[in-house]
Amino acid sequence: MLEIMLFVVFPYVALAIGIVGTIYRYLTNQYSFTTLSSQFLENELQFWSSTLWHYGILPTTFIHLAGFIIPSVMNALHGTPELLYLSELAGKVLGIMALVGAGIMIVRRLTFSKIRAVTSTADWIVLFLLFIQVFFGLILAFTYRWGATWFIHTATPWMNSLAFFSPAPQYVTALPLAHKVHFLTGFLLFAVMPFSRLVHIAAFPFSYMWRRFQLVIWTRRKASS
Amino acid sequence: MKVRSQASMVFHLDKCIGCHTCSIACKNIWTDRPGAEYMWWNNVETKPGVGFPTQWEDQEKYHGGWELEDKPKNPELKLKLQNRLRTYTNLFSNPAMPTMDDYYEPWTYNYNDLFNSPLGPDQPTARPISRVDGQPIEIESGPNWDDDLGGSNIYAANDPLLQSMTPEEKQRLFSIEQLFYFYMPRICNHCLNAACGAACPSGAIYKRAEDGVVLINQDKCRGWRMCVSACPYKKTYYNWSTGKSEKCILCYPRLETGQAPACFHSCVGRIRYLGVLLYDADQIPDALKVPDEQLVERQREMILDPHDPEVIAAAKASGVPDGVITAAQNSPVYRYVKEWKLALPLHPEYRTLPMLFYVPPLLPVLNATQPSGTQRVETDLFSSLENARVPVRYMSRTLAAGNDDLVIKSYLKMIAVRLYKRHETVGDVTAEDAQAALAKANMTAEEAEAIYKLTSIPTYQERFVIPPYSREGDIEEVYDPQQRKAETGFGKRQGPQRGL
Repeated sequence: MLEIMLFVVFPYVALAIGIVGTIYRYLTNQYSFTTLSSQFLENELQFWSSTLWHYGILPTTFIHLAGFIIPSVMNALHGTPELLYLSELAGKVLGIMALVGAGIMIVRRLTFSKIRAVTSTADWIVLFLLFIQVFFGLILAFTYRWGATWFIHTATPWMNSLAFFSPAPQYVTALPLAHKVHFLTGFLLFAVMPFSRLVHIAAFPFSYMWRRFQLVIWTRRKASS
Repeated sequence: MKVRSQASMVFHLDKCIGCHTCSIACKNIWTDRPGAEYMWWNNVETKPGVGFPTQWEDQEKYHGGWELEDKPKNPELKLKLQNRLRTYTNLFSNPAMPTMDDYYEPWTYNYNDLFNSPLGPDQPTARPISRVDGQPIEIESGPNWDDDLGGSNIYAANDPLLQSMTPEEKQRLFSIEQLFYFYMPRICNHCLNAACGAACPSGAIYKRAEDGVVLINQDKCRGWRMCVSACPYKKTYYNWSTGKSEKCILCYPRLETGQAPACFHSCVGRIRYLGVLLYDADQIPDALKVPDEQLVERQREMILDPHDPEVIAAAKASGVPDGVITAAQNSPVYRYVKEWKLALPLHPEYRTLPMLFYVPPLLPVLNATQPSGTQRVETDLFSSLENARVPVRYMSRTLAAGNDDLVIKSYLKMIAVRLYKRHETVGDVTAEDAQAALAKANMTAEEAEAIYKLTSIPTYQERFVIPPYSREGDIEEVYDPQQRKAETGFGKRQGPQRGL
């Protein structure tokens, strides 16, 4: 019963809260969609923390997503031992980058009183969850090696079963505790998103790739020009 | 020809007394809020000086504005900050971001200490405390820290513009008997080619087509902070509390109701003029690709004569309302910028096409050849221009992208007006000398009279020619006028709160 709650009900609820909540917040309070950057108040540690974190966590997230969406491609990518070693190494390096980045973020928010002044409880919860998430991810990477392969036979079928609404929690229920914590924290982060600064993920400026430099807006088009 | 209208400005630096009333008027209306305390949408600087934020003119440090590609054929204009790809790679930490230390840490005083201190032999004091974290701070800088050349050997000597001066010229600027400075009030230039808007990843910064005011959509701003670095004038500010960038809005709510912006309205020296300029938007790309020295003249060419029937017809075809065309015909800015060519844009070499123009200060020049300190109007002023206390070079680097000729022409006109009026009212300048001055400046007595009138004795209506906005008509078509009915003030709109 608990397993159904944790690995079937909770993921659905968390995703629903994350998606519906973020859309609702966007529609009703777009003003609050911002990075809440504190670079203006402290520059040097911000560079190291934010750069390490984002450049570590973004590829890691995309690799996870690829493992869910295109498992066959990912399988082929570590078909030989050399490739497997390489992907294992890359994953660990990216994970360590993210962990160090998150660590510096925590230190930075604790040490600088100006940064503390702009840190809310939600910020601390998010930062703590992210740190825990990356920390457990790295524990898995170091203690249960070759995640690139076992991932595709445990987490992937579980996620796919959720995606196609025929939940099969048995793929993950037998895994050790560290795995479960990692999975659950991942979904918890979705649930936290609409209530925290994590919404800035949804603010990624795609349109800057193609938009023209100058924007001119008419309150009312008076005539064609 | 695509005719657009632009609410444009002229600041007459000769008349500025450096009282900062404009800054306070602005602060009281717009930036007296948490996160905005350090912002001065309007500030007044002492020049030479480092300005606010410190050394904002040093674009090697801040990477503001645009630059022309360094190639002979078809050079393209690009942001000095970064290209589009670098915008994404720098998204998580902006390398050219000024920090609060480049401005100043806003503070208040712990006034309660005055009341709550125990009885003792010493007078209680209210210690300064930071308005960011409430901690006691040492006040180390402020928005006008080098006002009136205070600490000029530290501050003014670091003015980035002085680097090109000879040691002799620098000496002349700072030796105490010859001391020279002037005030430069600065607001957003509401540029035609705004670098802040071009650098904004979210596309939150736009130009209002009706009057050219550059605004930041607070709902769309995501706090990527690129505008802060990209604006070469450092006139977009990051609100550290709300996580949004903010800037001067040219008091558009006041403009829309026919009032001058607060800083204009409150100006004690009456140095400020506001009016509409009609310009040809099709010429913008070409006007930006000329060498530095030609930038000002090219910008003047873009500005159209609102009396020209052809221009009027084109303006109507482009959707400029009749009332705006009339306002453009009466615009004091048009007279200063285009007709008389007295006013010059601030740092045109940043290639943003700023639409705020400055009449360079004349007063210290007049007194330049009198080291004894006596005040005497020279009739042979034209040679004095070369020996001026303020090197023409400094003014031309500030207002004409290094084109001395434009500054000299502006000065010659102002000197001629002065001699002409001196002849008329005091009489110690002969008619021949006055005529010679006018001839040298290549102007007529009528023009001198007109310049005198608009400079010295203009009325409120002459200084501020605000176009009719008829906002009520515009808004009705966009919004349902009954949208907020029956909400009894408890509508969905909420105040600017940080995050969630």
